[in-house]
Amino acid sequence: MLIIHCPYCGDRPELEFSHGGQAQVVRPADPSKATDAEWTQFLYLRKNTRGLFAERWRHLRGCGRFFNAIRDTTTDQFVVTYRAGEQPPAIGSGGAL
Amino acid sequence: MGNHAVKTTAPVAVDMSWLETPASTARLSFRGNAAAIAAASTAFGVPLPTEACRAATVGTRSALWLGPDEYLLIAPESERLAIIQGFVRDLAAHPHSLVDVSHRQNALIVKGPHAVWLLESGCPLDLDLSRFPVGMCTRTLFEKSEITLWRTGTDTFHLEVWRSFMEYVTALLTETAHELPA
Repeated sequence: MLIIHCPYCGDRPELEFSHGGQAQVVRPADPSKATDAEWTQFLYLRKNTRGLFAERWRHLRGCGRFFNAIRDTTTDQFVVTYRAGEQPPAIGSGGAL
Repeated sequence: MGNHAVKTTAPVAVDMSWLETPASTARLSFRGNAAAIAAASTAFGVPLPTEACRAATVGTRSALWLGPDEYLLIAPESERLAIIQGFVRDLAAHPHSLVDVSHRQNALIVKGPHAVWLLESGCPLDLDLSRFPVGMCTRTLFEKSEITLWRTGTDTFHLEVWRSFMEYVTALLTETAHELPA
């Protein structure tokens, strides 16, 4: 079973986690002034990166917290996980930290 | 728990000495920031653990870390109202949430030399003492049901199971226990 490192609880089985989609999607600063195109971008349009991808994950059946992860979408390898609000660590080519 | 029918290939009597269903208990779900957690420790009389996945017990009261700002407080049923009133009094200055979940879930005690073996039949965690020491607690899964698992002794586990999943969890554990004599 895939083991995912929860930034709060430590290494835990994949079953306890749920995927939360692309990370760092920024909500329009002034929502009432955002155009339809900007809302569309915010609500619906997501990247479909091949390779390293920043995602939100939630330790749903554990501490319940959302956190960020950088995962390789081709190999399903979790390169690093970090708490929401923290800056992602710099990642070199090939996923090396 | 009700009467549940467990499918077996043969009507074998199962040793159920590993299972206990404790008496009625007060359960409170507490959430708050660091200041509220400190105030709650005083109000509840148990220092709420700040280390992840750890439980603290003082006398008959226990506080289980479930998340960085979330705790399950367990106490005798008779103290429920007094605890709630104490929080209302002592935590008035701290934004927090205290929800009475006493009847949302029930407890199971799984104990004995086969406790780990029984639980690992449905729980994906490594329950070896080095990875899941006495005093560790966490929400996790048992098969498809969410449970709160708390190791109260080397061979003793306290499970909190939501009432509607209780029959499911108990039946699966009992089914597994059929293999014990083998």
